[in-house]
Amino acid sequence: MTDTLQSAIDQSQHRSPLARLAGTQVFWVLAAAILACLALTVLTDSFASERNLFNVARNFAFVAIIAIGMTAVIASGGIDLSVGSSLVLAAMVVSVLMEGGHSFWLSAAAAMGAALVVGLINGMLIAYVGMPAFVVTLGMLSAARSLAMVLSNNKMIYQFGPDHDLLLWLGGGSTFGLPHPLYILIALCGVMSVVFRWTRWGQHVFAIGGNEHAATLTGIPVRRLKVSIYIFSALTAGLAGILMAGWLGSVTTNLGQSMELAVIGGANLAGGEGTALGAVVGALLIEVIRNSLILLGISTFWQGMFIGTSIIIAVAFDRIRHMKA
Amino acid sequence: MSRLKLTGLSRSFGAIQALDDVSLEVAPGEVLGLMGDNGAGKSTLVKIVAGNFRPTKGEIRIDGQLVELHKPIDARERGIEVVYQDLALCDNLSAASNVFLGREPVRRFGPLAVIDYPAMRMRAGELFAQLKTETRPRDLVRRMSGGQRQAVAIARTLLSKPRIVLMDEPTAAISVRQVAEVLNLIRRLRDQGISVVLISHRMPDVFAVCDRIAVLRRGQMVASKRAAASSPEEVTGLITGAIETA
Repeated sequence: MTDTLQSAIDQSQHRSPLARLAGTQVFWVLAAAILACLALTVLTDSFASERNLFNVARNFAFVAIIAIGMTAVIASGGIDLSVGSSLVLAAMVVSVLMEGGHSFWLSAAAAMGAALVVGLINGMLIAYVGMPAFVVTLGMLSAARSLAMVLSNNKMIYQFGPDHDLLLWLGGGSTFGLPHPLYILIALCGVMSVVFRWTRWGQHVFAIGGNEHAATLTGIPVRRLKVSIYIFSALTAGLAGILMAGWLGSVTTNLGQSMELAVIGGANLAGGEGTALGAVVGALLIEVIRNSLILLGISTFWQGMFIGTSIIIAVAFDRIRHMKA
Repeated sequence: MSRLKLTGLSRSFGAIQALDDVSLEVAPGEVLGLMGDNGAGKSTLVKIVAGNFRPTKGEIRIDGQLVELHKPIDARERGIEVVYQDLALCDNLSAASNVFLGREPVRRFGPLAVIDYPAMRMRAGELFAQLKTETRPRDLVRRMSGGQRQAVAIARTLLSKPRIVLMDEPTAAISVRQVAEVLNLIRRLRDQGISVVLISHRMPDVFAVCDRIAVLRRGQMVASKRAAASSPEEVTGLITGAIETA
């Protein structure tokens, strides 16, 4: 009796580990990214250069950090279009305060606070007022960027006061040959992998995405959870905003414009399966495609076409996969 | 003493009187079939007992104790569990995760509380064995048959050693063979001394498992009698209004 119980418990989906790996979309996205890298290495002289790889790694880190936040939103069945604007708002708050002579830590805390408020408003309107996430975050996309313009009077900021060097080091520096944003991404990815898989918060995010009604009926605090999800998404954008300010060494109000597309693309490529690694791999593929367009001498006007198409294809694949199951 | 006793329960939604002075008793280990046409007030009654709605008037007693149910969690804390018509399962989670949804056991490592998956699978496996179903803890609900899904939903109610299980149309959308499976699940609940309130349109199912049958018509309780002392013809008459009361 206990034997059969144990075997029933151990029973998984009758598939070998390899078959399971091949069944995940993350695997195929990663394969596509590696294939693209190999092709670019052969086709161009510049792709495999240390300098270019460093650039790719850094650029993709910003998108990937936000894509991890977006993964939580998408896994819960929502969408956050306002991440690009949360990013510029946070970048503007940190730079305006630092230019005014405040320390980095105080300014960064204020920037994260601004992002938190954006996420809080998004989450409250979606969870408690019951408005569609698409509409709320679309409105916020406009409102938060406008606030960043008001804050800076739409000027470029490139003086960051007494902690100027610290900010530039944090966002633009490197240690052991790897850019700092990449370390932050790796840490965030590690933490969130655990959180998504092993905490009740993570489990409940997926429960909301799977069947929101069921989640409510079983007593999960769905509304509070939704607010926390949008706050988390906004905070990842705020974090990326602070890092980007340091990387660029100057902040303008068009920072992070249409970044939400790359982020949603990256998060969706992993099929909304809601793994942190999936989001990172998706963001990597998007960045490699973007980089390849530049290196292959294709007009940057085509970028939007590629990113847009990849979002649609990713969602289409996801649909097909679910139809089979 | 009655396990569940409803006295003079009324509920209106604006001008609509969904329940009108309904009184009902369910004994421990009794299976009560709650019948009625669409809009007769069955769902409203269940939702009040489950803590989703508050009654406009009337009182609810569980094992003699007067209770106020403001939220579903209040009902659950008093041993009332519900199997919803759509089963309230998340397709993207495993059977074990669904059984424990909202009540996941955790192990603490300092500030971090991680879900205790082994304990969840173990307990879910035990519950499935107890219900004699072939459902496996790790399987995704998305890949399950209707009967297996029912087993998951019912195993969920068993988790907290319930006193009353409310089931809303559990046999409405499944195959004949699976209906037999679900009826067996209901008998196993009864054998453990759990009171079951079964809402169903399917006369044969109700007469197969229920000890007593209560009929609602336009928000009023028109009959509550032993199944053995009634007949499908009588119940049909009560539901449609051809027979006034019994």
